[in-house]
Amino acid sequence: MGTSVCNCKSEKFKQLELIIAEHKDQPGSLIPVMHEAQELFGYLPLEVQTVIAEGLDVPLADVYGVATFYSKFTLQAKGQYQINVCLGTACYVKGAQLIIEKVADMLKIKVGETSQDGLFSLDATRCIGACGLAPVMTVNEKVYGQLTVDKVEKIMKEYLDTVGRDKNANA
Amino acid sequence: MDMINLKIDGLDVSVSKGTTILEAAKELKIDIPTLCYIKKLNEVGSCRVCVVEIEGKRGLQPACVTNVSEGMVVSTANKTVRETRKNILELILANHNRECLSCPRNLKCELQKLCNEAGVDNVYYEKKALRSPVSASLSIVRDPGKCVLCGRCISVCANVQNVGVIDFAYRGPQTAVTTPYEQNLSENSCINCGQCIEICPVGALQEKDDTDKVWSAIDNPGLHVVVQVAPAVRVALGEEFGMPVGSNVEGKMVSALKRLGFDKVFDTDFSADLTIMEEGTELLDRINNGGKLPLITSCSPGWIKFCEHNYQDFLDNLSSCKSPQQMFGAVAKSYYAKRADIDPAKIFVVSVMPCTAKKFEAVRDEMQVNGYREVDAVITTRELAKMIKLSGMDFTKLPDGTFDGILGESTGAAVIFGATGGVMEAALRTVADILTGKDLQDIDYKEVRGLEGTREATVEINGMEIKLAIVNGTGNAAKLLDKIRAGEANYHFIEVMACRGGCINGGGQPIILDKSKTEEVRQRRAEGLYGIDRSKEIRKSHQNPEIKELYADFFEKPGSHKVHEHLHTHYVKR
Repeated sequence: MGTSVCNCKSEKFKQLELIIAEHKDQPGSLIPVMHEAQELFGYLPLEVQTVIAEGLDVPLADVYGVATFYSKFTLQAKGQYQINVCLGTACYVKGAQLIIEKVADMLKIKVGETSQDGLFSLDATRCIGACGLAPVMTVNEKVYGQLTVDKVEKIMKEYLDTVGRDKNANA
Repeated sequence: MDMINLKIDGLDVSVSKGTTILEAAKELKIDIPTLCYIKKLNEVGSCRVCVVEIEGKRGLQPACVTNVSEGMVVSTANKTVRETRKNILELILANHNRECLSCPRNLKCELQKLCNEAGVDNVYYEKKALRSPVSASLSIVRDPGKCVLCGRCISVCANVQNVGVIDFAYRGPQTAVTTPYEQNLSENSCINCGQCIEICPVGALQEKDDTDKVWSAIDNPGLHVVVQVAPAVRVALGEEFGMPVGSNVEGKMVSALKRLGFDKVFDTDFSADLTIMEEGTELLDRINNGGKLPLITSCSPGWIKFCEHNYQDFLDNLSSCKSPQQMFGAVAKSYYAKRADIDPAKIFVVSVMPCTAKKFEAVRDEMQVNGYREVDAVITTRELAKMIKLSGMDFTKLPDGTFDGILGESTGAAVIFGATGGVMEAALRTVADILTGKDLQDIDYKEVRGLEGTREATVEINGMEIKLAIVNGTGNAAKLLDKIRAGEANYHFIEVMACRGGCINGGGQPIILDKSKTEEVRQRRAEGLYGIDRSKEIRKSHQNPEIKELYADFFEKPGSHKVHEHLHTHYVKR
């Protein structure tokens, strides 16, 4: 394989080797290994996919194919604050699209992206089962319900203040 | 064996258990159309073109992956099936960039043929936004806008070649056959073999077209343009002009090249003989002087790149000989330049190859002689056919021409390079004569011939036992090298060709429209080459008079210092 990484210094890559060794001879080990790798790294960058491909002796193209097929896998590092805005039916009809646009606008990133400083990432999710609170947004484990554009602006401003970022500054 | 009785289109048939409906129908001479299906390689039922109606079953079933069962009643072309199949094709077309008139696959496209036969006359579906743009490596062009997602290229790349640089990615309407992170094929471990091109039903995979480079060289009066043609081209080129598979069109091909305007028309067979002189000497040297064994052939650039990526512990086993293509260029820009009194800077070397990997080989850093690039442009058999058609020649009626002198004479040993086992046999003919000091007459090494993916033989020459292996398809090479690594096998000499069947089935050869005939076509092209070998007066490389002259005038002897400077190379870890 063309890309190789020196993983001798990285603790996480050592752990990844252990994960691979544990699953190596089991049939259908690719997805479990990718799951654990994503938990470990937070996402699946090319270097990690390459190590998995070499370790399990499957083509890198297969790993990439699986990583892009399942929406739970991500190729992008997630932010310290992972923001998910529900676009399920109930939230959507209650105006979730405007909520997500407001958040994107304030963070100056697109849906699915992570801010360059690594603080915030924004994703749209399917129904999270809190339709009674629609429209709903989560920031890491915290749930915010019955949102309006004004409310979400306040919430986001607090987060931006916490991290000491001017909401108008470029991310 | 358990036999299953069923009825297809009202006809009774009895087939063994485990047979698919598609295969059972073949017994009755019913040809159910298929698109994604390739027997034993890509049996996935993804395109749905082969759907049939089975009495008592809801919906239609894909014949290629549905096994027969007792008492089954199948309709392969009733109204429902016909309409559904037409509809499926229209859906495929909705996502297919339909630029047939300017597509290099026009008239050799399986989708075009299917649509024609199914009576698709209009596509009612709105054309969807198409996928990523066209991307080209040095050898291969991928056009995702024409891809029908059949997955055949993925199967051949991963399962036949053990390369696996492409796979399905994304999902739903975004699904695409692609490389990780949309890498260009020149950035990853793609070996440029072009087997994906050969198996693609449409024009989504093509060779990178270099005919423009060749035309402008021909049109440049300041250049002396010489062309070399690989052995396998002459038994396949005729197919592009409707001639029977395996026809030897060497004479017509030479005439065509002269009419195209090449200043000299030479033969890669000449440098294949030269390769044997060097490789045979190298083999004997390694055996007698404790060199690294097994010696592995280095003629196939797809195989070389495969080895450089995946079997780096075998790089010292590779013969240091350049391939015949590169040896030709090296000799053309040194010995020939001197003899013809032409400035090597003004010589432009064109190769016609059955191979897409040769395009990559020609631009490798190592492939230079005295600071000149050995080969300036490489075109495939298909590209040559295109040039001939463009120039308006009636190829089938051309008179037989003969190759030009000093780099045009060749032997039967050289021409069989184009088939798997040929390099091995050619080497044995020369090695046997050297070891015995005789002019041996029994030179048909039938034990190394054949089209099986892996073959082994032991030959005894003058008391010396030489253990041989011949593999074709890099997947088979991988298996063999794994065995050697594990200490389960060992040999003196191994021939590896990257493509199944050898160069006759290279990624630059005419497309076989009916993929079920692939084996037969390989067989006939190989027979074509062995036929030329039989017809040659001289059938051993070391007896080629021009080769003798080349050593006498220029290189002194095989393995000399000058030879190493010009004709040998080294390999890199990738």
